[in-house]
Amino acid sequence: MYYVVTIALLVTMALALARALMGPTVYDRVLAVNMFGTKTVLLFSVIAFLSGRPDFLDLALAYALINFIGVLAVLEFFRSRAAKRADEERDGPRENGAPGP
Amino acid sequence: MMDFVLHLASWILLTAGGAFVLIGGIGALRMPNLYTRMHAASVTDSMGAVLVLLGVMLQAGLTLATIKLGAILLFLLITSPTASYALASAALLAGIKPDAGRAADKTPGS
Repeated sequence: MYYVVTIALLVTMALALARALMGPTVYDRVLAVNMFGTKTVLLFSVIAFLSGRPDFLDLALAYALINFIGVLAVLEFFRSRAAKRADEERDGPRENGAPGP
Repeated sequence: MMDFVLHLASWILLTAGGAFVLIGGIGALRMPNLYTRMHAASVTDSMGAVLVLLGVMLQAGLTLATIKLGAILLFLLITSPTASYALASAALLAGIKPDAGRAADKTPGS
């Protein structure tokens, strides 16, 4: 019965990857990658019991932490870039000598 | 008898969790724009994760594995809304308009 969940999770991960490759904006890609990470955590927890090795749960816990921090870091990067671009559009281009984007 | 009931409950939870995860995945692929896709993806993050992890917890019984699964579940329940909020706020700041139709896909912002 673990196989049913494993296959559902694997199919969902494939769909998320397809969305990450297709995604028109960068935020679609971040959303898909975040979803892929969550599904990886679930897959680890199911596989730990599918193969009878509860050690995998530590990997799942570590992966959940790293995934969350990674997504927040990427979003912070894109948000500051978007804010900078919005500032430039409002105030006109930068003066000479200032480093461009 | 008790074993059978636990097994059945766990099977039902795991299957329902798999179904929710699959529905959310299809939604994240097929929905027309970013905010609706986010809505579909949060189905897998909340309902799917809770059902799958509860089903596995019932299989584990009262062991250390259950505590670890509970920690994973608690952590996912705290972090996935936070990540969704950060994503929506960053996308809104970048100028992607909330729109029920396909129009939002056309706006620049990538």
